[in-house]
Amino acid sequence: MTESINWHQDIFDVLRAQDFSLIAHVPDAGHTPLIKMCEANNEMEVVTLTTEQDGVGLLSGAWAGGRKGVLLMQSSGVGNCGNALALPAICRIPFLTIVSMRGEWGEFIPWQIPMGQGTPGLFESMGVRVFRADYQREVGATVEAAAQLAHNTRQSAAVLLSQKMIGAKQFKEG
Amino acid sequence: MINRRPLVAFLLAERPDNLLVVSSLGSSTWDVTAAGDDARNFCFIGAMGQAAPFALGLAKAQPDKRVLLIAGDGEVLMGLGALATIATEAPANLAIVILDNGAYVETGGQATATAVRTDLELVAKGAGIANSCTVRDESQTEDLRQAAYHAPGPYLATVKVVLEALPLAFPHSFDGAVSINRFRDAATS
Repeated sequence: MTESINWHQDIFDVLRAQDFSLIAHVPDAGHTPLIKMCEANNEMEVVTLTTEQDGVGLLSGAWAGGRKGVLLMQSSGVGNCGNALALPAICRIPFLTIVSMRGEWGEFIPWQIPMGQGTPGLFESMGVRVFRADYQREVGATVEAAAQLAHNTRQSAAVLLSQKMIGAKQFKEG
Repeated sequence: MINRRPLVAFLLAERPDNLLVVSSLGSSTWDVTAAGDDARNFCFIGAMGQAAPFALGLAKAQPDKRVLLIAGDGEVLMGLGALATIATEAPANLAIVILDNGAYVETGGQATATAVRTDLELVAKGAGIANSCTVRDESQTEDLRQAAYHAPGPYLATVKVVLEALPLAFPHSFDGAVSINRFRDAATS
């Protein structure tokens, strides 16, 4: 049975309900519907970054100014964030990121494998609490739980949207 | 050429109440701290490359405050892409002063790219920060101070400073949580 849950909408609803107004991202197809919803909402501001690590600093500065944000990225960008994650870690700044996973379930591109497989380990090594959503029905609740943990307890938290849930991208010749 | 420590003290001497200062790790933080402890300062001691994105996020969160980023050339060179993001977002309340000594002083004075061919004024202009200049002479520092306080942002000045290793001046706490808590209270009040 194929699920038909609008999980992008579920994420959007959680972000709105918890007053996230700054949406930083390096584009990924897995996040595109959510990014479009955020761009269409007057209460939200979308910032396109040149590299994922800048999202860590951007959102940390925004929090210091009293504003909540989230970083959307693909797993390939997680490695770019390594040392930047020291900032929320040592300052105990609440940090939330939602990661669309590649390189883990039916992947077609070999180059996606190393960082996709390395994503949970990198987050854990930098003290980021890792949440995972493997099914569409649990996406909204998982983002809600991660966002609450991040801001109520001043931790860094990442939600990994599994490739099994998103659906593996296929490239076909001809 | 300009001496950085008296310059930073001069830049902050008449700071408006609403001026929030962010400094990048190393010499810039020691310079800002040496000018006097202030709850409206947030001084990086690590996370190199993140001071500019941090300042942008702060400027977006507090549009009625003025944000001044004081950063070294090494710091800015690590995150040149942030200049493009700052140009795109175009925060009117953000000023950036780069203290450009052409060297990584903290690690032994190795040359940075600005000591060879890279021109950060032109890099910033190319990124889209039209209000970008280079300051080389003491006679320009009063204009620089007024621009740091009032010029329409994003504003960026690359100040050519003397290559010198100065005494360290530590911020009031090395504990990031202590620092950010005090700063956040000041920034949001």
